[in-house]
Amino acid sequence: MFNHATIERNATILLVLGFITVAIGGIVEIAPLFYLQNTIEKVEGMRPYTPLELAGRNVYVREGCYTCHSQMIRPFRDETERYGHYSLAAESMYDHPFQWGSKRTGPDLARVGNRYSDDWHREHLADPRSVVPESVMPGYPFLMQAEIDTKYIADHLRANQLIGVPYTDEMVQSARADMIAQASDTGEGAEDLMKRYPKSQARDFDGQPGKLTEMDALVAYLQMLGTLVDFSTFKAETESR
Amino acid sequence: MNGYGVLAKLISLGVIALVAVIAAAKGHDAAYVFHAYVISAVAMGLIVYYSRSFSFAPVGPAPASESTYSDEVIKAGMIATVFWGVAGFLLGVVIASQLAWPALNLDLPWTTFGRLRPLHTSAVVFAFGGNALIATSFYVVQRTCRTRLAFGNLAWFVFWGYQLFIVLAATGYLLGVTESREYAEPEWYVDIWITLVWVAYFLVFFGTLLKRKEPHIYVANWFYLAFIVTIAMLHIVNNLAVPVSFLGSKSYSLFSGVQDALIQWWYGHNAVGFFLTAGFLGMMYYFVPKRVGRPVYSYRLSIVHFWSLIFLYIWAGPHHLHYTALPDWAQTLGMVFSVMLWMPSWGGMINGLMTLSGAWDKLRTDPVLRMMVLSVAFYGMSTFEGPMMSIKSVNSLSHYTDWTIGHVHSGALGWVGMISMAVVYDLVPKLWKKADLYSNRLVNWHLWLATLGIVLYASAMWVSGIMQGLMWREYDDQGFLVYSFSESVAAMYPYYVIRMTGGLLFLIGALIMVYNLIRTVRGDSVSESAVGTPALAT
Repeated sequence: MFNHATIERNATILLVLGFITVAIGGIVEIAPLFYLQNTIEKVEGMRPYTPLELAGRNVYVREGCYTCHSQMIRPFRDETERYGHYSLAAESMYDHPFQWGSKRTGPDLARVGNRYSDDWHREHLADPRSVVPESVMPGYPFLMQAEIDTKYIADHLRANQLIGVPYTDEMVQSARADMIAQASDTGEGAEDLMKRYPKSQARDFDGQPGKLTEMDALVAYLQMLGTLVDFSTFKAETESR
Repeated sequence: MNGYGVLAKLISLGVIALVAVIAAAKGHDAAYVFHAYVISAVAMGLIVYYSRSFSFAPVGPAPASESTYSDEVIKAGMIATVFWGVAGFLLGVVIASQLAWPALNLDLPWTTFGRLRPLHTSAVVFAFGGNALIATSFYVVQRTCRTRLAFGNLAWFVFWGYQLFIVLAATGYLLGVTESREYAEPEWYVDIWITLVWVAYFLVFFGTLLKRKEPHIYVANWFYLAFIVTIAMLHIVNNLAVPVSFLGSKSYSLFSGVQDALIQWWYGHNAVGFFLTAGFLGMMYYFVPKRVGRPVYSYRLSIVHFWSLIFLYIWAGPHHLHYTALPDWAQTLGMVFSVMLWMPSWGGMINGLMTLSGAWDKLRTDPVLRMMVLSVAFYGMSTFEGPMMSIKSVNSLSHYTDWTIGHVHSGALGWVGMISMAVVYDLVPKLWKKADLYSNRLVNWHLWLATLGIVLYASAMWVSGIMQGLMWREYDDQGFLVYSFSESVAAMYPYYVIRMTGGLLFLIGALIMVYNLIRTVRGDSVSESAVGTPALAT
């Protein structure tokens, strides 16, 4: 007959049984996500971030934007009207780490791309209340001055390549050139960039020609959010939730 | 330790200092360089410290006798708990003020809400809560096993190693070093360091259990052990990442998108379940019976409580991802297990509260016990609210709103904060060998200020959270959304001020505790009639 006193008198049995007990739930819930069709399928239009977008995303992570902004639109009438089509799993498949967020002190940003002008973003990031008087967002004027060192950007792509983001070796090699080209006001190199990263937008995002700043990167990232999948051709029934 | 031992230590510290200096010279980003200098400074400081005891002369047996408990490290833990607690509460007041008055962000890189928020959460959860857990687990495991801590000075390594982790994590947040994983923000090198410290912590705790002089392992230790082991599992899996370079702070999470999200919330919810619940239940199971002077209410209930709690908690993570791109079956599983979790949680609450049966009168005279009981009551309240919020239809309204923040704080301030501070009140006189606290009246002041603060906080967040949720989904007769997002932001202002006020009251209560504890340690006593004594009787 089983007696709980056996466990209470043997620390090793307590340890092993306790560990098995806490391991079960996680295994059952998490492991299938690596195999199920609707969590690993690809959707037309998704591509890895351009080097400049990736650098912008890193600024977004660094400044803790996720503490107040979600990037996950739920399938409710009010949310899809306010923010656009509900978010698909595939839309964050290259997000290491995910940025779904847990709190909306500010609005959802999953589809903020191309909704506002670069000028608006610049103004808003430097001094939020100059364009939205009710806002409680901090200002980030220092992004305009913070110049980006392009020296290590290829390493960033290579790290992503290592964990499964489909960057080609060509993309890694031209990472630095692509980064400079995307933020340039001359359009030089934009054609190569577009070939490697369809639907990417190349222009001087921060309004400071010849200067590659974190503002360039962050605005480039914000302007591409949610713009990759074309929902006029996307078939919802293939995405059973 | 003999001369050769010290020599080996000096050499390895020298290597660490050298590697850190090289890393600082070649580092790719400013934050990494700064952290490398911090590490080399610590290593060099330790070299000086150990050099002073360097000698090849043979030494006698270790002076620390096996007949005493190692309490010095627990004393240090008490000081750290109180220090980080006050720092964490203060940061909470600061960021609450920033949400009400955004000018307080100062628009500098190091002072914006986005960087201070993880600083606040880590300060209260890991610095305050973590130090309280480590210190009390060392106290409880020694008393209930009737033996000294295992592995000699390793407990001191755990203590100082943990403080170094806090300093590296905290300065990193200010400098923008973050993985953006909530409650697991530190970057890869800090993650590796805390893993080492945690393994040492496990060895000390489990080693002490193994050399116990009691045949039976007391229930508080089951909870502490489950907490230590589960946090290790969660931490390692959730922080798997590939650094861009070993000379830079940035890393990329091994997982992406939906898998990353569920792993993070499997971690995140069980940081609540095991760090903020199981560990503190260990405290409850030792200190409440001790303070009351009666055994735990039901032995059978504590067995059921333990196994059902640790089994069910792990499944609850997906309730943080309702209606997201996570598959429906996982969301439903998370919801069902969260609702079931209500039962063991209340089982534990009943076991704690009913321990007072036959001794309820002590509540009138002992404000520390009153604080413990109140904390268990708050535990009951938030473990009812949690399952309710995990129901998908409720969550569709509450998710992304301040309601979640209010829920977290009724648990964190009410349960975790109050039980920890009550235990500090209980332990400080014992550890510093004083008859009693300096003043029980001040404990009572602390108790009611803190309670009032929590009530203000939670009710402000209920109102603002539900209001936000309703404003976002409000339609007019024509079928248009009534409110713009910015209108919902503006509507939050009064509640953000009330919330800040509540936090301020909680902070003032903690400062009163600091004063009271300092006077206690100094050995001062104040003549006061027992709280609750009728005026005529004095």
